[in-house]
Amino acid sequence: MTVIDAPPAQVPDELTPQRGRWHRVRPFLPLVALVVLAILPYSTISLPGIFEGPVNSPGTLQLLAICLIFGGLAAGYDLLFGRTGMLSFGHALYFAAGVYGTDILITRAGLPLWQAALLTVTGGTILAALLGAVALRTVGIAFAMVTLAFAQVGAILVARDFGGLTGGEEGLPLDVSGLPAGLVGVTNTVNLYWLALAYLTLVVFVVHRVSGSPTGRVLAGLRDDERRIGVLGLDPYRYKLVAFTLAGGLASAGGVVYVLIVGGASPHITSSELTLSLLVMVVLGGPGTRWGPVLGGVLYMYLDHRLTAFGTSDAVDNLPAVLSRPLSQPLFVLGTVFILAVYFFPGGMAGLAPRLSHLTRTLRPRR
Amino acid sequence: MGTVILLALTGLGLAALYFLVASGLSLVFGLADVLNFAHGLFLGVGAYGTWWAAGNLPGAGPDGFGFVLAVAFGVAAGTLVAILVELVLIRPLYSRTIEQVLVTVGLSLAGVALLQATWGADARPFPRPDWTREVTGILGAQVPNGGLLLIIAAVLVLGAILAFLRWTRYGLVIRAGVENREMVTALGIDVRKAFTLVFAIGGAAAALAGALGGVYFGTVSPGQGGSLLIFAFIVVVIGGMGSVVGSAYAAVVVGLVQQFVNYYGTSGLGDICVVGLLAVVLLLRPQGIAGKVATA
Repeated sequence: MTVIDAPPAQVPDELTPQRGRWHRVRPFLPLVALVVLAILPYSTISLPGIFEGPVNSPGTLQLLAICLIFGGLAAGYDLLFGRTGMLSFGHALYFAAGVYGTDILITRAGLPLWQAALLTVTGGTILAALLGAVALRTVGIAFAMVTLAFAQVGAILVARDFGGLTGGEEGLPLDVSGLPAGLVGVTNTVNLYWLALAYLTLVVFVVHRVSGSPTGRVLAGLRDDERRIGVLGLDPYRYKLVAFTLAGGLASAGGVVYVLIVGGASPHITSSELTLSLLVMVVLGGPGTRWGPVLGGVLYMYLDHRLTAFGTSDAVDNLPAVLSRPLSQPLFVLGTVFILAVYFFPGGMAGLAPRLSHLTRTLRPRR
Repeated sequence: MGTVILLALTGLGLAALYFLVASGLSLVFGLADVLNFAHGLFLGVGAYGTWWAAGNLPGAGPDGFGFVLAVAFGVAAGTLVAILVELVLIRPLYSRTIEQVLVTVGLSLAGVALLQATWGADARPFPRPDWTREVTGILGAQVPNGGLLLIIAAVLVLGAILAFLRWTRYGLVIRAGVENREMVTALGIDVRKAFTLVFAIGGAAAALAGALGGVYFGTVSPGQGGSLLIFAFIVVVIGGMGSVVGSAYAAVVVGLVQQFVNYYGTSGLGDICVVGLLAVVLLLRPQGIAGKVATA
């Protein structure tokens, strides 16, 4: 009787954890990215086609700062959508509260910046807590509609200009006379850029810490199966309210920085369209991941600004009208990309890398 | 007295507009669990379809029978778009609620941008028969005919939808599907055909709202659907998801509250009162006036 020598069981390639070349460096990559972004204003490289003018020109820095702000906003919104599974359609309200709060307190009440900022962020957080306490009594789609309705009230309040505070349709330019000198003027755009970078870093740090904490695990549990969390004896309502309040506070802080960068408030930031674009940013980037929403927000804002220039460029203008007209609308392009993303890469950009590595591994010839 | 009647009738006109948008939304949500953000797009297609037909379609025009033809063209266009959206975009994502919402969000952004790209962002004057510009004296109030037209259309649509739901086989399937979709499927009925049908009905009603809303406001612009849509959502939630009658009641309440408070209070206060009403209804009766409990 012969024993058949069985070949040793082969572990499939994809099951052995691969230690990539970048394994050691990886934890430091965010830090490297932060340093690169922080020293970016010192470079004078011009990237034709990507930015108008050199990187350290005020126009480019302002665009970059806005992109960074929206990266932070998207990361904050992801705390609701990607990490807790709450579909809020009213996140623009807290951002707008930050923008208009700061603007009104500085321009109309004449407060110094730090007081205005402190009051606004506190006020925005309290507003989020109050409205969240009402809205969270509903779940799912009804929650989405209630938050949408609350945000609509904000939009109406701003547009109708009650008490002459908001400037209505015209918007409210920021009175810069009382601001610190370092934050005023075209030459100081670089300081605002650093401020935006600091805001983004803060949001990423907070979201990272929260999602790593025991509370964050409860939030992830709520996203996956709310009933189960309730059965475990934890109160879903409270945890959701904490996430909602925190996200609202972060958004109003973003509004404070945004009003400084843009130098005023305009009513379009209160529209439901802004919330919808936050949703688009998060889904394009990858909900529930650390860098996906940030990337999505930065890229979305960049495209939103640059596609306008692209749409009026000669290359597009020379196309037949059927093509050139839709292409000159950034929202058409972004909306279409978004729909395609929902179908064909549901994990967003953050989910692309694992998918591509699967693909390359499958395509690689077997040894 | 005249003012009160005028406000009541214009409020009802607004309510009719809300009802036309909300009835489809409510049915779609009740049956297929899709929160349809693209509903405003159907409205825009209806309005622009009518506008285009009145100027370009042979036989159609801004007056008399030509106007009826133009509106019919707009409604047909809206219905077609709704059916296509359901077949191509919504159906592959069957029972994945969040993805469906996301797709309709993307569609509303891209669709409105497309309308804007084709016909420009500015409001266009809407072709309308001369008699809709005039007013009718009712009990001492001078009521614009455009509003009366909306009320009549909404009552007709309400009657037609109710009759359809009550007395036809597909109506029965839809009613049963709103109650319990799994059971209908288990009985061997292809409920997805009913989805398409509900989308078509909703699209037609929304397109009609777009066309008649154009008559009422006198202009048509790409963003019109979006602002109406939010109030239509509120009407749907207050009325109860999936209930057409509930939507009708809620539309009347919302329209009247908005009109009266906006007149007697500050302009804009009525809109805020409506949202307050929504909050109160949700806290006291989360399932709405008449409907199933609103859950995801």
